[in-house]
Amino acid sequence: MGEMIKVGMADMNVCKPPDSITTLGLGSCVGIVLYDPGKKVSGMVHVMLPDSTKIKNNENIAKFADTGIDELVRRLLVLGATRSSLVAKIAGGAQMFAFSSNNDMLRVGERNVEATKEKLNSLRIPILAQDTGLNYGRTIEFNPESSELLIKSVGKPQKKI
Amino acid sequence: MSDKDFNTINSMQFDVLKEIGNIGAGNATTALSKLLNAKVDMKVPKIELLEFKDLSDVIGGAENVVVGILLTLDGDIDGMIMFILEQEPARAIVRLLMQGMCEVSDEFTELELSALQEIGNIIAGAYLSSLSTLTNMTITSSIPYLAIDMAGAILSVPAIEFGKISDKALLIETEFGDKDLEVNGYFVLIPTLDSYNAILTSLGM
Repeated sequence: MGEMIKVGMADMNVCKPPDSITTLGLGSCVGIVLYDPGKKVSGMVHVMLPDSTKIKNNENIAKFADTGIDELVRRLLVLGATRSSLVAKIAGGAQMFAFSSNNDMLRVGERNVEATKEKLNSLRIPILAQDTGLNYGRTIEFNPESSELLIKSVGKPQKKI
Repeated sequence: MSDKDFNTINSMQFDVLKEIGNIGAGNATTALSKLLNAKVDMKVPKIELLEFKDLSDVIGGAENVVVGILLTLDGDIDGMIMFILEQEPARAIVRLLMQGMCEVSDEFTELELSALQEIGNIIAGAYLSSLSTLTNMTITSSIPYLAIDMAGAILSVPAIEFGKISDKALLIETEFGDKDLEVNGYFVLIPTLDSYNAILTSLGM
């Protein structure tokens, strides 16, 4: 049995079988898994905000969809992934509180998902599966051996994408 | 105006925020006591400046299911305030408030959820009025919004707001209660960067 490597909020990590990788309680943040299915090299980043260029305090590159994905790609290549083989699975980006107003502050889940998709698209990394939006939290676990992303939520059956 | 954020906060500013937390929690305790018509004690609040990755550990871990009540702020201060309760004490308060009117079940009923929202409203309101008095600023808040979910997911909402101005979040933990009722509550106050600067300026920082 391998280890379960934890990724915190605004954090990233990479892994190879037999280890798996997880992030707990994703809300409006987005969990992005990038992996090379052939070499089974995989990584996860837990991003909080869409765009590092809009924020002054942007030293923590794992906090943003744009810089976080760039850095994750770099670390996967170091670990032996082939750039052109990389694929993605994404989850999260929920709207945790049901607001009637169009308060921009509260639509950040949706904007995180959009920014993630745009970034992956610009890097030509295909998204093979996603479980995003709605109004509940998610714990996700990625198994690099099977390439399955397990999603657990409160009061809902588990699913694999 | 200078660029202040929670990464470069000094001990004096931290003390001021602590004091706001103390007074706010005191007001909240009084409000809760009146609401429940019971004696409610409060321990001295613990105030911590935490990195995001450690934030949910304080509240029993990222997967611990909690009740979150969120109000957005307007007026002289923009931002949000969140009040977090564990499920059991939330249930205990609701039962006490509704005096046997609720059914005993694991799920909260609609009526119980409304009661929880109102409790959040009163407690957050008490906290905000102390902030308002200390800073001499007008603060208005939205209606309370409620979510019951994993602590990590609930906290992601204020953490993202903090994330715009800092790599850390300010969490105030207050233990309310007496021998019949023990309640651990957590406040997270998130002013926008401009409002944060305005608060410190109004306090003479």
